[in-house]
Formats: sequence, structure tokens, C-alpha cells
Amino acid sequence: MSKKVMVNPRNAYGEALIELGKKHKNLVVLDADLSKSTKTIMFAKKYPERFFEMGIAEANMITTAAGLASCGKIPFVSTFAVFATGRVYDQIRMDLAYSQANVKIFATHGGISVGKDGVSHQMIEDIALMRVLPNMTVFAPSDATQTGKIVHLMAEKEGPMYARVGRADAPLIYNKKNLNDIKIGKGMTVKDGSDITLIATGTMVEPALEARKTLKKDGISARVIDMHTLKPLDEKLILKCAKETNAIITAEEHSIIGGLGAAVAEIIAEKNIDIKFHRMGIKDIFCESGNPADLLEKYQLNEKHMVKFAKKLV
Amino acid sequence: MKGKNKNDLHELKLMAVKIRKHIIEMLYRAKSGHPGGSLSAVDALVALYFSHMNHNPKNPCDPNRDRFILSKGHAAPALYAVLAECGYFNVKELNKLRTANCMLQGHPVCTYVPGVEASTGSLGHGLSFANGVALAGKLDKKNYKVYTMLGDGETGEGQIWEAAAVVAHYKLDNLTAMIDRNFLQIDGYTEDVLKLESVRDRWGSFGWNVIEIDGHDIKQILDALKEADAYKRKPTVIVLNTTKGKGVSFMENNVDFHGVPPNEMERNLAIKELNLEQKKLEASL
Ligand SMILES: Cc1ncc(C[n+]2csc(CCOP(=O)(O)OP(=O)(O)O)c2C)c(N)n1
Ligand SMILES: [Mg+2]
Repeated sequence: MSKKVMVNPRNAYGEALIELGKKHKNLVVLDADLSKSTKTIMFAKKYPERFFEMGIAEANMITTAAGLASCGKIPFVSTFAVFATGRVYDQIRMDLAYSQANVKIFATHGGISVGKDGVSHQMIEDIALMRVLPNMTVFAPSDATQTGKIVHLMAEKEGPMYARVGRADAPLIYNKKNLNDIKIGKGMTVKDGSDITLIATGTMVEPALEARKTLKKDGISARVIDMHTLKPLDEKLILKCAKETNAIITAEEHSIIGGLGAAVAEIIAEKNIDIKFHRMGIKDIFCESGNPADLLEKYQLNEKHMVKFAKKLV
Repeated sequence: MKGKNKNDLHELKLMAVKIRKHIIEMLYRAKSGHPGGSLSAVDALVALYFSHMNHNPKNPCDPNRDRFILSKGHAAPALYAVLAECGYFNVKELNKLRTANCMLQGHPVCTYVPGVEASTGSLGHGLSFANGVALAGKLDKKNYKVYTMLGDGETGEGQIWEAAAVVAHYKLDNLTAMIDRNFLQIDGYTEDVLKLESVRDRWGSFGWNVIEIDGHDIKQILDALKEADAYKRKPTVIVLNTTKGKGVSFMENNVDFHGVPPNEMERNLAIKELNLEQKKLEASL
């Protein structure tokens, strides 16, 4: 087995900002005292005059970004996912979504694999919160390559957008050759299969790929979809998978309410599709502190549990 | 609008009466909305839009325009009436306030109404938005100014103080905030609901230049705005000492008219009073 190359998606964000900063003179970056963690510090060092430290004042940061956008700037705003959404919901709702401001929120430390800091820092509701807002585009990239591409796509398309990545290093899934296949609103078929479809987003794509290998040994052919865009959701691809495979599992480091699983369920239900279906995610509870791996095991969000659920369905 | 009848204070005073009449008619027709805080804001808005600000109703998106952000979005009727009288849209639109299929929503929306810079109504946002506009102005080395108006009760919002700190930190002397200091909010007297005094000391300690004036004296407002524009290395806050419901006797200082529109009798009375005021002004010309 070849050794996996681990790259942190946050670094990919920092690098993408630097590239974009060179290309777009109107790109500005704001952070709330977390630039070392979110990696906006990379941009701050390169383009100090276009980086605005906003202090620990997130609500002001979001609305300030809307003001900047009203003057033709492309603001990227970063902090941890929990502070980038729940804490500033009214600001996002009024000043970004309703006002259709060209502001990009790039949040890090999404999900429970943040680990030891506990619930105050584990964001498992952000996708639901952002998805329900009209005009919002919502992403959860799965690896560093995809993250970099999505940051570029965010900068180049007008409108309010939200992206979240986790804290940890992530194995590379894609390389340069895949860049053209990464498009807003288009799910990616990473591996084909005919018995079951594993639709995963963000940090859960890699476990899905691992689960596929294990299932294969047991004679189960699993298709893996990387649903990096949660909104607009790739309905066509979901319907295609529902037709071509007998079961669907969704997987996300997020509540099973309002996220990827819920969104897929909405489509399946409305189209009256009779299919075996299971949502992997946090089951309407707050989690706790711990090693990421221990937490993912406890809350049944890893490869092992995905294999178990898949076998039950097929 | 700069340069036009600049020294004609009379014209401005007459315009203020006209705007107040619009507000009464709009709210009467809409059968909802906020008279008190709309009426108290009128004189500052008239001073800004009909004399002080550099703006062009024919080109609302001019990148060099001065900007005004109405943070206390419930005073939308005052802003709408002023924008219409400036020529941003037809005055007839005012009759449709708060009705379905009309661009004039209950609170201002930037994507609907030409001249409206920010979508407000959720209190506490405006100063932050102005902060972004002012930062962009500095970054682009543009000369435009940004003004915002906050309610006094509104300054209970934490976000206002986040913004106050950041604006001062970045020394945004291209930004001027105005506080409509009418001493009333919904549940009563501001000092009973949530003490604000000393307003001057609070803003001063956050690093702002503070000017305090009679918020219904247009001459004082214009002088204060000039002083604010000239002040360097610090943002300015102008505390407008105002009367909630100004211009309509039975609405003045009456907390009940915060968010209740006039009925037919009240509307007739209010218009009568404002017509009298108009006559008085015209006679003194
Ligand atoms: C965040 C938020 N909370 C509550 C309200 C409801 N509200 C509308 S106006 C108002 C009182 C505002 O008082 P003040 O700022 O003093 O305005 P003014 O007296 O000028 O009308 C309140 C509480 C709101 N619009 N937004
Ligand atoms: Mg008040």
C-alpha cells in the first residue's frame, strides 16, 4: 500500500489566498485573532495593506466585510467555523445573504475532529445554518487540492459563499489533473461502484474511500461521491446514483439534521425513490473532548462504521 | 447635490417639513411603521442629502460618492422620503410603502432601492458596514466620506462597540457616526431601559472625537458635519440631541408613537400642524 501524502487544507487556503491576492488587487482578507490557525497569516505577510485584523469581534467582522464588498472588494473572512456562523448568524443573514454581498467566509476547525477543545469549538451545525439561507453557496472540501481550487472558484464567482474545512491534515485525494473536474455544484464520482453509493462530504470522503476497499474484499461494490458543494446540491448526480445503485449512505462531520444527509433525503423523498438509505453524522447531540480518532469512533463516523452500515443496507 | 442652494437654510427647513409630511402620510397609508424615530431623524438626513453629501441620484453607484448608512433601519420612511425628494426614484412610490410588490420594504434593502447602501432593520449593524466602506476608502485612497446614523437605544448592541473600537483603531477619520439621542426606545426612557450616560465619555474613551449639538438645528448639523470632515486621525461621533416624534406635538416624547402609525384623526391633526409650520416658514422668508 502506498503511503498517503498528508497536506493540511488550511495551508492550501493560505496558498490560494496568496495566488489570488496577486491576481485580484481588490481581494482583501479579514480575521478575528486566529490568523495563525486559519492561515490567513500567509496572506497578511505577503499583502499587509490588504489584510485587516478585526480583533475578537466577529459580528463586526462579517458586517465590515459587507461594507468592503459594497465598494468592490472581494473580502475573504476567516475564523473557526463555530464563530464564523452561529455567533454571527444575523450578520450573515442580513448583510451577506439577503444583501447578496460578494463576501466569502472560509471557516476552519469544522466538525468534531477539532478534538480536545470540546463542544465550544466543535461546529456540527454550520452546514445546516448556511444551507437554509437564500443566496448562499456552501462548500466542504475534502482535501488540500480541492480546497485550493474551491477557494479560487469562490473568488471568481460573485455572491456570498461559505466554505468549511477541518483542523487536521488530510490525505491527498486529488492531484493537478483533477483540477478541471472541480466545479461549483458538481459532485465528483471518485470511485465507481454498483451496489451502494457512499455520498460523503469534507473530512468523510477519505473514510468512504477506505470503506470502499474493505467492502470490495467482501464482494460489495461501492461508489464514492465527493459532495464538496452542499448548496447548490448536485441533484442530478444523486438521482443517477439512486437509480444505478441499491442503497445510499451519506457521511458528514455534521449533525444529521440539516446537512448533507438531510439534503439528500429531501431529494429522494420528493422524487418518491424507494431506496435503502442511511445518514452518518452526529445524531442530534453535542459531543465532547477527546482525540479526534476516539471521538470519530465513539460517534460512529469512521471507515469501520461505514462498512458496518453498508453491509446492513446491502 | 453639493453646491445647490447651499446657504439656503430656509429651503432645507422647508424640505424637513415636507419630509415630515411624507412620513405621516406614508405611515398612515401603510397602517404600520415607526413615526417617532423617523421624525427625530429628519433634520440630520435633510442636512446630509440636500446640502452636505456629495452624491448623485442619477448615478447611485458612483464609486466616489459619499455614503450614508441608516443603521436605525426602522426610520426607513424618513430615508425613503429623502431619497425620493432627491430624485433617486419617483415620489409616488412612497404611497406604496410596506405593500406587496413594492420596493419600499418595511426596513431598507440595498438590493431593492436605489440610494440605499445597506440592508438594515436588525439593529447594531450600520457602524460595522460603515467601517468596511471607510476601510475601502482608505485602501483605495479615495476622498469619499461615510456617515451613519444610530439610534441611542441601538447603542445597547454589542456589535456597535466592536465597531466603535475597530473604527478608532484604524483611525478612520473618513467616517462620521451620528447618534439620534432622543432618550427613548421601545420599553421607555433609555436611562431606565439600559443606562447610556455618559454618551460623551463612552465614545470619547473609545477614541472618538465627540461633538454634541441640537439635532433639529440644521445650521448646527451642517457646521458639525464640516467639523467632523476636517477632524484628522480620529473618527467623529455627532450626538444629535433630538426629540422623538419631532414636529408633531402629540407624538413628541411620546413612547407610544415609537412603532404605532397615526390613525385618520391623528394624521389630519399632524398634517395640520406641519402645514402651519410650513406657512410660518414661508412667511418668514
Ligand atoms: C437587533 C434588534 N433588536 C430589536 C429590534 C426591535 N426594535 C426596533 S426599534 C427598537 C428601539 C430602537 O430605539 P432607538 O435605537 O433609540 O431608536 P429611535 O428612538 O430613534 O427610534 C427596537 C428594540 C430590532 N429592530 N433589532
Ligand atoms: Mg431612541
